[in-house]
Amino acid sequence: MKTKSIIDRIGWPRLIIGLFFFLLIIVSPIMGLNLTDVFSDVLRRWAMFGILVLAMVPGVQSGIGLNFGISLGIVAGLIGGTTAIEINYRRGGEYQPWADLGLALLIAIPIAIILGYVYGLLLNRVKGSEMTVSTYVGFSAIALSNIVWLVLPFGSGTLVWPIAGEGMRNTISLEQSFGGIMSNPSVTAQQPFPLNLLAFEVGGVVVPIGTILFVLFVCFLMWLFLRSKWGIAMSAAGENELFTRSNAINVDKMRILGTVISTVLGAVGIIIYAQVFGFLQLYNAPLMMSFACVAAILIGGASTRRAGISNVIIGTLLFQGILTTSLPVIKQLMPQGSTLSEVIRIIISNGIILYALSKTRGGTQVES
Amino acid sequence: MSEQAVLSMKGISKEYFGNKVLKDVDLLVKPGEIHALVGENGAGKSTLMNVLFGMPVIHSTGGFEGEVKIAGEKVEIMNPHDAMNYGIGMVHQEFMLIPDFTITENIKVGREIGTPTIFSKILGPALDVLDRKKMRDDANKALKRIGLNIEEYVKVAGLPIGYKQFVEIAREIDKTGIKLLVFDEPTAVLTESEAERLCQIMQRIAQQGIAIIFITHRLDEVMAIADRLTILRDGELVDQVSTDEVTVVDIAGRMVGRKMERVVDIKEVRQLSSDEAGLELKNFSVDMPGEQVKSMNVAIKKGEIFGFGGLAGQGKLGIINGIMGLYPVEGDVEIHGKKLNFSKLGDALENDIAFVSEDRRGVGLLLGESIEDNIAFSAMQVRNKFTRGAGPFRLANKKQIREHALKMIDIFDIRSTGPRQNTGSLSGGNQQKVCLARALTLDPKVLIVAEPTRGIDIGAKKLVLEYLIKINAEEGMTIIIISSELVELRSICDRIAIVSEGKVAEILPPDASDVAFGLAMSGLSAEDVDQEVEG
Repeated sequence: MKTKSIIDRIGWPRLIIGLFFFLLIIVSPIMGLNLTDVFSDVLRRWAMFGILVLAMVPGVQSGIGLNFGISLGIVAGLIGGTTAIEINYRRGGEYQPWADLGLALLIAIPIAIILGYVYGLLLNRVKGSEMTVSTYVGFSAIALSNIVWLVLPFGSGTLVWPIAGEGMRNTISLEQSFGGIMSNPSVTAQQPFPLNLLAFEVGGVVVPIGTILFVLFVCFLMWLFLRSKWGIAMSAAGENELFTRSNAINVDKMRILGTVISTVLGAVGIIIYAQVFGFLQLYNAPLMMSFACVAAILIGGASTRRAGISNVIIGTLLFQGILTTSLPVIKQLMPQGSTLSEVIRIIISNGIILYALSKTRGGTQVES
Repeated sequence: MSEQAVLSMKGISKEYFGNKVLKDVDLLVKPGEIHALVGENGAGKSTLMNVLFGMPVIHSTGGFEGEVKIAGEKVEIMNPHDAMNYGIGMVHQEFMLIPDFTITENIKVGREIGTPTIFSKILGPALDVLDRKKMRDDANKALKRIGLNIEEYVKVAGLPIGYKQFVEIAREIDKTGIKLLVFDEPTAVLTESEAERLCQIMQRIAQQGIAIIFITHRLDEVMAIADRLTILRDGELVDQVSTDEVTVVDIAGRMVGRKMERVVDIKEVRQLSSDEAGLELKNFSVDMPGEQVKSMNVAIKKGEIFGFGGLAGQGKLGIINGIMGLYPVEGDVEIHGKKLNFSKLGDALENDIAFVSEDRRGVGLLLGESIEDNIAFSAMQVRNKFTRGAGPFRLANKKQIREHALKMIDIFDIRSTGPRQNTGSLSGGNQQKVCLARALTLDPKVLIVAEPTRGIDIGAKKLVLEYLIKINAEEGMTIIIISSELVELRSICDRIAIVSEGKVAEILPPDASDVAFGLAMSGLSAEDVDQEVEG
């Protein structure tokens, strides 16, 4: 009886995936993989995706469902990142990682707010099929951004193609900018105290503590917000529209609020992602990123109608953990080439989304 | 009588999960008669018809007791298709017509007349070519039988509602061997002249030897066209009489009756000390589908317990939902002389009106949230109660919420595992108490409660009603109760307005006679009846 209730609380999917994750960790040293590398990778990927996955929470809570259109926020973040590099270049190109990071956020957030607002207006017109629409909004946003990357009049050598001299590159290195300043020990080591403590290595495991703390801090802010008057009203709007309206709350406004916060978190999320990764990836690179975020939060136990901070933290750990540990293990088992790892990633992430969506009920009410 | 009954239902009893909804009911219908079936909501009319048509809802819940005979032969009707084969047809309240088909096609749908072709000989009759001429002739014949002059090639989509009803009737008539037609509240959606026309058509059909069961709440129509009638009350057969032997007043009285079970002791009819205005509806209309309010005028006094009663679908629920702002409204609502601004969301709440919705699970509660969060929600959002800080970070004060919730749980005796339990897993009665606690946390001056005791147990009923009386007496709160349970209204209200067809038919004191209530529910006032008697 007791074990049953514990299993019910954790949920079968999480239990199975958790055990699978655990199994992979045990198997990997047997397969000849370095366990410290595995742990470093899991931590790194968790820190990279944390905020992007968190961006799902306000969307779900406000009733727009899983925000597949997070690409919109990602584009805003990428515009912020590239513009910050260009500004730095025009001002002489000194190594000022913190100023770059701050500037990137400063530019990205207002863009995200505007895009999120317009996107929210759109979602209010397609009530009931938000997730389908948002998927295509996500794809369109990436397609449109492809044009933007080609036409922005930037001149920085790190941004544009070296031969053509115009149009931005696919992958932009952040080595000369904010890459790794909260996650890479070799970068932070050059920073003055206490900034040099933002990442360290212990027993061969790299701990990007700065990024982890930052992600947790943003999670904490979100946690606080969900306990505020506005947050409670927003969550109610997502749970029961009539109830909310009968309490004098404008449901459409709350949905827009959720969409805007989600988009802003997407922008912040991609900048933090790039900071850890060390590169800004433009063009079609972020095309399928929303799917990874959706899968992560669903693994974490969220539904299309309810999601919380714990879903983000656990889900990101399990999803990214499985990806990072399973791929090397599979590679060892099947040495057919590196493309297989991508195939497995797609199978896992889409499989999880499919599973989770099949679990949600068609109606508008959450029964518990 | 020597004439053999076309339908005889004997000793019909039916339980839904231990709840007896039909108790030993008999129904006897003779050929060519119009037999009215009357009763309040929940009297068992629809269940009886569901039994007759063998609806799945009957058989999936353990069937029924008693026997059904058609033309003297005992039959077992297991599904609506069987019923059709026995010659029983139904004219539905909501039209079951395909808008883009012509009248002929609608009449003949499912029973098309085909001419075999080479393909249909091989692949079955589904590939027959339609014999449109024959179908047209049949349709015309059916239309003529009910005396309707209309071209059979017109599409149904553009027809006035009355005509749609007639097409539906023509379809039933066209079925060969039809012996009995059931009309379920056919005049509810019709205009007066259309309703009159329908009554004529029904008489015409009856003259052709087809028996009719006429379900309605309009007693004047019953008197006008029915030959005999059966009155049901609380699942029991009250009377089966010929219309010549009774008057509208008799029927009304027998339909309502006094039920034995009493929830709260009837209080003395009291005189309110002040005549101060509490809540006033002026030409108030609400466009709520199925519960339309049509320019209603009522003045409710301050400190009064006022009841709105009446049958379902007559508009009483539109009143609360309109004031709450869930449906578009017209006209004015004044609270203590101040007009509510309906263009502003939640203006009623701002003006100290609180609501308990009739739809607990849909409107009244956040089922996925805890008891304490539900109770605190409205007061937090509308009055900034239980919060600290400002702007986006005006945070909920969990401690205050908990204290308040514990108090409410104690007052209302909400049976739960604690304030953190989700409201979705509470019983109906306890959910209702949470809704009431949430409304009262707003400290309203006017409380509007819809169906406060629907689907809750006796203990909870008593507690809820007694608490309403208590806060009315102690705090002078104006309380408006909207309920289908007349007994309940009569035991606690100072005055009761019976709503019929979106308007107040009559405002009655709780000790008015059963007849008066019965008449008002059928949309008739005492004067109407007097006139009828005189005329």
